Amino acid sequence: MALEREAPIVEPAAVGAQAEPIIRTVGLTRHFHVGGQFSRRTLHAVDDVNLTIGANEIVALVGESGSGKSTVARLLARVYKPTRGQILYRGRTVAAVRSRKARLDYAARVPMVFQDPYGSLSPVYRVSHGVMRALKLHRPELSAKARDQEAQRILSSVGLTPPREFLDKYPFELSGGQRQRIGFAHALACRPELILADEPVSMLDVSVRIGVLNLMAELRRKEGISFLYITHDIASARYVADRLVVMYAGQIAESGPTEDVLAHPKHPYTQLLLSAVPDPRAPVSLPAASEVAEPPRVIDPGEGCRFRFRCPYAIERCSVETPLLRQLRPAHEAACHVAK
Amino acid sequence: MIATRPLLEVKDLVVEYASESGPVRAVDRVSLELAPGQFLGIVGESGCGKSTLLFAIARLLSPPAEIVSGEVRFEGNDMVSLDDAELRHVRWRRYSVVMQSAMNALNPVMTVGAQLRDAIEAHEDMPVRKMRARSEEVMRLVGIDPIHLKSYPHQLSGGMRQRAMIAMALVFTPDLVIMDEPTSALDVVAQRSLMLQIKELQRKIGFAAIFVTHDMSLVSHFSDRLAVMYAGQVMEIGPTRTLFTNPKHPYSVGLLGSFPSIRGALQPLQGIPGAPPDLAHPPAGCRFHPRCPKVMPHCKTIEPPFFERDEVLIRCHLYADGA
Amino acid sequence: MAVPIIAGQDVIEALAEPRAGVLRSLVSNLASNRKALAGAALLGVFTLIAVFAPLIAPYDPHALLFDPILRPSLQHLLGTTQNGQDIFSQLVWSTRESLALAVIAGVIATTVSVLVGVTAAYLGGFWDHVLNLFTDVFLVIPTLPLMIVIAAYASNRGVAVLIAVIVVTGWSYGARQLRSQALALRNREFLEAARVRGERSLYIIAFEVLPNMTSLIVAIFLGAAVYAVLAAAVLQFIGLGDSSDLSWGTMLYWAEHNGALLAGSPQWILAPGLCIALLGGAFALINYAFDEIGNPALRPMKKKAR
Repeated sequence: MALEREAPIVEPAAVGAQAEPIIRTVGLTRHFHVGGQFSRRTLHAVDDVNLTIGANEIVALVGESGSGKSTVARLLARVYKPTRGQILYRGRTVAAVRSRKARLDYAARVPMVFQDPYGSLSPVYRVSHGVMRALKLHRPELSAKARDQEAQRILSSVGLTPPREFLDKYPFELSGGQRQRIGFAHALACRPELILADEPVSMLDVSVRIGVLNLMAELRRKEGISFLYITHDIASARYVADRLVVMYAGQIAESGPTEDVLAHPKHPYTQLLLSAVPDPRAPVSLPAASEVAEPPRVIDPGEGCRFRFRCPYAIERCSVETPLLRQLRPAHEAACHVAK
Repeated sequence: MIATRPLLEVKDLVVEYASESGPVRAVDRVSLELAPGQFLGIVGESGCGKSTLLFAIARLLSPPAEIVSGEVRFEGNDMVSLDDAELRHVRWRRYSVVMQSAMNALNPVMTVGAQLRDAIEAHEDMPVRKMRARSEEVMRLVGIDPIHLKSYPHQLSGGMRQRAMIAMALVFTPDLVIMDEPTSALDVVAQRSLMLQIKELQRKIGFAAIFVTHDMSLVSHFSDRLAVMYAGQVMEIGPTRTLFTNPKHPYSVGLLGSFPSIRGALQPLQGIPGAPPDLAHPPAGCRFHPRCPKVMPHCKTIEPPFFERDEVLIRCHLYADGA
Repeated sequence: MAVPIIAGQDVIEALAEPRAGVLRSLVSNLASNRKALAGAALLGVFTLIAVFAPLIAPYDPHALLFDPILRPSLQHLLGTTQNGQDIFSQLVWSTRESLALAVIAGVIATTVSVLVGVTAAYLGGFWDHVLNLFTDVFLVIPTLPLMIVIAAYASNRGVAVLIAVIVVTGWSYGARQLRSQALALRNREFLEAARVRGERSLYIIAFEVLPNMTSLIVAIFLGAAVYAVLAAAVLQFIGLGDSSDLSWGTMLYWAEHNGALLAGSPQWILAPGLCIALLGGAFALINYAFDEIGNPALRPMKKKAR
């Protein structure tokens, strides 16, 4: 039975059923060549990912390091080109976008926020630099005065007030949480539809994280911006996201509405993840069975389920046939031969 | 409070860093006690001084950091005044240290076995056969096949590397193991696995442990006592369960309230607004007062001493006797 | 001021983080270092002398007005040359060419270093290999013989040739260092952020990468300037410069040519020699302020007195 949300922080997403989703990926794949000049080994960073992000929703992409979640973000941000598969922005292929104007347009609609608050801002410029550059590039119609006003408005909307004061500061004068908010300000300057947030809170102090997560929820509610929230922390994913997509070894293991996935995890990896998350408020749990802690095999993995080496339910079929995502509950899919 | 003689006693320890703008106090008059076999968790965010405290206790500080005043008594001996030769006897045999990132602490060009041998040789003269036997024994203890003594660190997974570090720390079955965020580089599953292993080892061998982390939820099920640090001071210290079920210091309350839960009802959380202070210029009075939701006028000028409630010491005026 | 303080080694690093804008951080580096200030003062003195040469020099340096080989006196502070020219006036006027040579050659050499080094780092792959090879070849060639060969074959002997020779032999050292730093910067997230934002590559290199390398670029310029001072002096001394020019190096040439030491006018050699050393030293002293940027191990670690 799905858990009821007591005080909804985020309004339930009316997942755009009618309109084209903002982003839809079809068989998105990215391989990297590894091992030097003469090796023929390939690292399957992302394999066959079908991801949909609609308007006004926060989708969490959850996985450990090596799961491919950051690569997915960079594929969507067009830092990498897909090895195979397509990315569709509102139904139109993104790869076909060639002209500078069109590329800038896409960069404005789908910007990215980065993980490292201490590395994502250039130390030699004031904070205003990045925001102004973004405004100059993506909103050239604004006059200098209008730009300045808009910059102040944006800083206020990410909670940095008084905005004039913050615009004149250098990054070293700001705390980690404040720098991350500036990162969001850069993204907001473009008037985005979807913000790709690559582990935006992982490098922040615990007490500061909630503030930034609340900011994301607020931006969704007030400005209608969707988020792809990439994280390894499933608890924070639950806090902000409407939908949860669990990745393992470059593939999607499970996907569905957050509460449903947490209440009824279908993929054995999701189950493992949930059992391992420490929760101070939960009663002292029984020690879980010792798991084989093997990193996922992503170099030349071959056919078959990549989780089978750690899976307590693996059957023969799992070694020969890669499981595809299939629907197990309303809007809830898992890639597992055994799951019911 | 503690019946038997404490294994470790830290009294009013002060550690300062020399910097261009004057000395910066990273650890400000910290006192704590550890009984034999006890597991103490030290929790705090960046800049709270927990790692510095750990290094000070283990006498691993190097300039510009140095212990300025206070006492560290380990098994009755004053640690601060020991020189390197004397330290060599105590170190690793009676207490050992597990570092934060095995990839940094392990030598990438030496096999695990060679490093274990190094560790043994540095503190005791042991015949080679005995060293090998002990190495194999200690590897098995942490759940690694002894065949990996011949492996290099990069050939092991992250979790195994951390276990190898722990094996090294246990090679002389010390009375105290000090751990500085040993799980922070691991994923959630490996983390859980390692924590269970550590607890199991503690049960078997009976060492006391100090575990430093920024992740409160991690220690919640494993530690006996918990200390919460902020801006170089201990804010709250007491039995773990009491601290979790009923946190008293506003910072502890805020910290606990910063962890979204995956079970139970979904609730809006606040975290703690603001940021930890600059240790070079800490706030007057109570260091937490600029961020405290329950701040009172005298919090801004008078630094609170410790008050006791239900076996927990709290550095907060809210709990002043008679309040 | 909320400087993030992290326990351990990071405390020291956090306290030494690059601060403020490009210019401000350069100036503050300079101001906080005594050696550098001394060097800057010395350079300032030379600059003033060069600018106000007509006011400082008592006579026309070329004028063959006086008795030859006069001892230093109040009328001729450094005596006169073989041909009756006032040495002190020559010295003062020579400051212009010597200083200009150092600065111009230094700037051009540094520019070449930056172009090659940063381009190699940014392009990566094949072009990186090619540019590296190019740099290595120039690094390895012995400079003095190369300088002599080039200068000897050059058809006209002027300041331009000198500068060209100095640049050709002096750019490769800096290129290496700049490439290393550019590579280190390459993976910083703010560069990725700029790319994702839609900035053009040229913009990124000019306005995001280079501003973060200014301290190193200044350090390399100062090194190149020292090299230029000394190299120019060497070339002119052995006669490969235009001997009718007015610079310290040519003064040395003429002094040697006319057997100054034997003739009893040691000051004719010593004075320009000292100036060369002082100018080179000024640049080197200033460099102390920027040395520490590239090498944190050189930063002062103050021990608290017990």
